[in-house]
Amino acid sequence: MFRIFYSLNRKALINATIAMLLAIALVYVGSRDLQNFDAALIAYLFGTIFAVFGIMYRYSVWLQRPPTRLYWRRTWKFVFSKRFFPYLGFVIQQFVKNIMFQRFIYPRGRSRWWGHFLLATGCMLAFMVTIPLTFGWIHFTLQPGTLDIYEAHVFGFHVAEFELGGFIAFNAFHILNWCSLLVIVGAVLMMRRRIKNGGLIATQTFQDDWMPLILLQAISVTGLGLTFDYSFMQGKTFEFMSVTHAITVILFLVWIPFGKFFHIFQRPAQLGTNVYRKEGARLGMAVCPHTGHEFATQLHVNDLKKVTKELDFNFDLEGGGSHLDYSPEGKRAALAKAQFAAREQQGQFFG
Amino acid sequence: MASEPVKNFNQEMEFFVDMQRCIGCRACEAACAECETNGEEPMIHVNYVDRAHSVQTTVQVCMHCEDPACANVCPADAIAKDSNGVVHSANTSLCIGCSNCVMACPFGVPKKMEAAELMMKCNLCYDRTSIGKKPMCATVCPSGALYFGPREEIQKKRPHSTPVNTFKFGNQTVNTKVYVMMPNGSTELRVH
Repeated sequence: MFRIFYSLNRKALINATIAMLLAIALVYVGSRDLQNFDAALIAYLFGTIFAVFGIMYRYSVWLQRPPTRLYWRRTWKFVFSKRFFPYLGFVIQQFVKNIMFQRFIYPRGRSRWWGHFLLATGCMLAFMVTIPLTFGWIHFTLQPGTLDIYEAHVFGFHVAEFELGGFIAFNAFHILNWCSLLVIVGAVLMMRRRIKNGGLIATQTFQDDWMPLILLQAISVTGLGLTFDYSFMQGKTFEFMSVTHAITVILFLVWIPFGKFFHIFQRPAQLGTNVYRKEGARLGMAVCPHTGHEFATQLHVNDLKKVTKELDFNFDLEGGGSHLDYSPEGKRAALAKAQFAAREQQGQFFG
Repeated sequence: MASEPVKNFNQEMEFFVDMQRCIGCRACEAACAECETNGEEPMIHVNYVDRAHSVQTTVQVCMHCEDPACANVCPADAIAKDSNGVVHSANTSLCIGCSNCVMACPFGVPKKMEAAELMMKCNLCYDRTSIGKKPMCATVCPSGALYFGPREEIQKKRPHSTPVNTFKFGNQTVNTKVYVMMPNGSTELRVH
């Protein structure tokens, strides 16, 4: 029963525990000694703390893989070099383009981009609202002496005020509904692809591809149900709505480290690989011995030789050099030439 | 892939490639683009071997290695081999477009789709082979460079050849699911 504890990754366990304790400390400090903590959200807090632990654990294990570790180290080294400001600007630009707007998905399909963009925007906005609320970092109070002015506090500091019933109040109190609508439309577009596309039908699985969409739909629909209940049903089904919503959200939080949603945390690595490519191009390109053309950065080729050896691959050639010095076209040509030579030696090209 | 849907993958059917037979007609490219898992992009490679000196062309599909270098060097865990031995194209939600797989594949197979920042490769027409059909390229190749069928059949058709799935790239030995037709008696193909 306790065998699992011996097989845990020690470094990842330490990192995850630190992240979890830090999150708990931030809840305590950010909610001003729990004064502003909303006890009704305690179940969500437990789910979020578990998610923090799980995400950090998996991330730490992931970073220990030789190719991932290499990109991680290289990225920080290049960003914090004497080219800090150009690379910082590049990273910010890439972040807006590829994380906020997921522009790289557009060439894969227009409806696919719309679907993902709506899903991602809905989820990111919802995270930005719910995590600070759950942690007690944001709370609202009625302005003393008034009945229609609300004050917003962040970390216990007064930051804004707005009139109840006004435009800001309406949108502030319904922001999660808008997020739900974005997610529902996005998930429907993605589900449509999964029903119609033959390639996806052949390769998809329930747990990796359908389950995340169903879960997001369930969260959004039950979330909308809460508003529907108090707006049109006089709160008659509030308990049912709040419990089903809590169950779906907590399932989502607990499942983040294990399933498809972990890609949310892996995706920023794409920014790192783009920095790596940019710095590599500045340092110089590799030329294929077969084609005579540049095909990749020399930095990439050299790093890959080291990484493949760490992974127990050895493409070194007997006369010096490496098979990895060849471009993909050069490698294909080498294979064809070797087969041709063997056929020639036999004296029979066909049959 | 963590788990797979129930399929009808026929393990009796194997892929045999004879690059020497390739006539560079590119029928396989056109057929490959019809494979629904590729999104209308051909994943097969047809290219001249040494255009300045010869008209020889070569054709390359994914060899579906037993221990795929592409999956090993992927920093995002985006490439997986399933229980049928098929090495799948990158998981689109995980691939970060680093090109490690493109550079590390000893057969020069994966392609980087630059605009989409995504690696794509031949996945043995999984939409077809998983339900017992042949890959698109093998159904249209007019010269028999690409052949998908039972081993006995290819041995009957090519009595002077033997299928080989062990390749030497310098110090590295690579075993694959896909075979290359070699002269009788061969046990491996030494590339370098």
